[in-house]
Amino acid sequence: MQPSVSIKELSLNFGSVNVLKALDLDVFPGEFLVLLGPSGCGKSTLLNCIAGLLDVSKGQIHISGKNVTWEEPKDRGIGMVFQSYALYPQMSVEGNLSFGLKVAGFKKDEIGTRVKRASEILQIEPLLGRKPVELSGGQRQRVAIGRALVRDADVFLFDEPLSNLDAKLRSELRVEIKRLHQRLKNTMIYVTHDQIEAMTLADRIAIMKDGIIQQLDTPHDIYNKPVNLFVAGFIGSPSMNFLTGKMKGDTVVVDNEPVGIKGYAYDNDKPADGTEVVLGVRPEHVSVGDAGKAMPVSFGLEVEIVEPMGSDTLAWSRIGSQPFAFRCDSELNVNTGAKLVVGFDPARASMFDKAEGHRL
Amino acid sequence: MTDTSAPAMTLPADAREPQGPKPHRISPARIGVYGFLLISAVFFLIPLYVMLVTSFKTMPEIRLGHLFNLPQTWTVQPWIDAWMNACTGRDCNGLSPGFWNSVKIAVPSVIVSIIIASINGYALSFWRYKFANVFFGLLVFGAFVPYQVVIYPLIMALRQVHLFSTLPGIIIIHTIFGMPILTILFRNYYAAMPVELFKAARVDGAGFWQVFLRIMLPMSVPITIVAVILQVTGIWNDFLFGVVFAGRSNWPMTVQLNNIVNTTTGTRAYNVDMAATIVTAAVPLVVYFISGRWFVRGIAAGAVKG
Repeated sequence: MQPSVSIKELSLNFGSVNVLKALDLDVFPGEFLVLLGPSGCGKSTLLNCIAGLLDVSKGQIHISGKNVTWEEPKDRGIGMVFQSYALYPQMSVEGNLSFGLKVAGFKKDEIGTRVKRASEILQIEPLLGRKPVELSGGQRQRVAIGRALVRDADVFLFDEPLSNLDAKLRSELRVEIKRLHQRLKNTMIYVTHDQIEAMTLADRIAIMKDGIIQQLDTPHDIYNKPVNLFVAGFIGSPSMNFLTGKMKGDTVVVDNEPVGIKGYAYDNDKPADGTEVVLGVRPEHVSVGDAGKAMPVSFGLEVEIVEPMGSDTLAWSRIGSQPFAFRCDSELNVNTGAKLVVGFDPARASMFDKAEGHRL
Repeated sequence: MTDTSAPAMTLPADAREPQGPKPHRISPARIGVYGFLLISAVFFLIPLYVMLVTSFKTMPEIRLGHLFNLPQTWTVQPWIDAWMNACTGRDCNGLSPGFWNSVKIAVPSVIVSIIIASINGYALSFWRYKFANVFFGLLVFGAFVPYQVVIYPLIMALRQVHLFSTLPGIIIIHTIFGMPILTILFRNYYAAMPVELFKAARVDGAGFWQVFLRIMLPMSVPITIVAVILQVTGIWNDFLFGVVFAGRSNWPMTVQLNNIVNTTTGTRAYNVDMAATIVTAAVPLVVYFISGRWFVRGIAAGAVKG
């Protein structure tokens, strides 16, 4: 299958700073790809390069099979939605939607048809005569999406489109974007720093750090099989427990306390005894009480801190001197100082090389 | 302050908790501030008052020397003389030719300089072309060059292209000298605009001029008003460039006012001088009064964001 968007060895330097480092990325037609990463990882920069708003230093960008590395944004077959909506304040909603078409010299009735279709899809028909200042945040972002929609673009680019909205609206619009994607089946590239948005929307997620894609995978694999310590720590809330220790047979010795890892599926060979490793266990993969005893690996702990979160409770304890958090049912009424038996399944854990950080 | 609201009634009078709006007390500092403001206002308004009353007095009354008295017999003749009959050297046509000269100089200078400066500012903040920062640095430097330094070279240059002592010549001079400050003004205004707006327009296919004319210019009304005020007052009040570059037949109002006041023949007509001065100052004053609100807003907008 020919990729919809193909990026080949893309580099971008701002002065002496390498923001993107020889980046390769293929996005397939109709795919919803999310670029996820902490601030300053280059995800927005990459999106701006794809849009043609930034000149690249090296490499190529292909969209729909055409090399568009030197093309103007308007000739790339893209529509873009920005975080701050970026609606033209002096124009009505209709003016905002039709501006690009007018610039491109479309006929009046064609513009009318397209604006009508987009406003129907986004349910903004009653707002067409209003100015952007008279709209709420959610309505503004809908108009901004409409502006991308009327362009009949092959590829939609979203630059943190929901970050300026409050939590409730954000989850509403998230579902709406997903519905829009299922209806239009366009390629969509979506930049965010919110992992919930990424997990819920994406067909595949590209996790970026320091201008490099760390892992490009389905949300399921990103969550369950992170390729390195950065991805493992970045994805998941609360974050994964990291226990540093030395290999010894089928255990990792964490500060003199052996933690069993029998049943862990190594990517390559099992590391030799004495190798320094990091064992990663997600707090939600730890079971408490009888369920914990039934797990392949179980041990006793004393609870130090309790964080009630409503649906469940996060309890903090220690293995050796290293902090270890686990989720328990809020009905259990765990208190500080409680002694519990907990257990986990090594098959669902992750192991990393301590020095290199990669998955074992 | 008496508090008659219900909750307070239930409390004993001496145990009343602070509630509701905080009472305003007049502090000594506040009295000092208002006192200072009042004295400053009087200090600056007294000369204006003296000018106004003098301009409505007859010459015999002025010679009595009662500077602060209101006129005993009011006359508008000094104003008519200042406008139509006062002598500037040999001609005795009053200020009116100078007024129209000033209009002919100010209107084109203001329009041309603002058009060019807004394009400059727009290009400097959104189109990061090569050497944009060097260019901007030179412009900022230009704002600090003392005028006297460049006058003589400019005379030579304008003479070469036969524009010295002409109306287009003085218009070009005002356009050039307004450029640094106006460009900085527009650049800072556009720099404060969200860059995503520009990006969105680019994705929509708008080019350099379309983004400028259809997106940025309609949003530039406040800063354009500020620029108009700056330029109108600046050019209207200009004396140096007018006397050097405009040529005798195009001398602006300020130059003619000087010639009226400094005329050496005959008795000094103080009432006419005062009227002429007020007429000359009237245009910037009117501009300030009409648009002071915009002026402060625009200057503040330009100053906060760099």
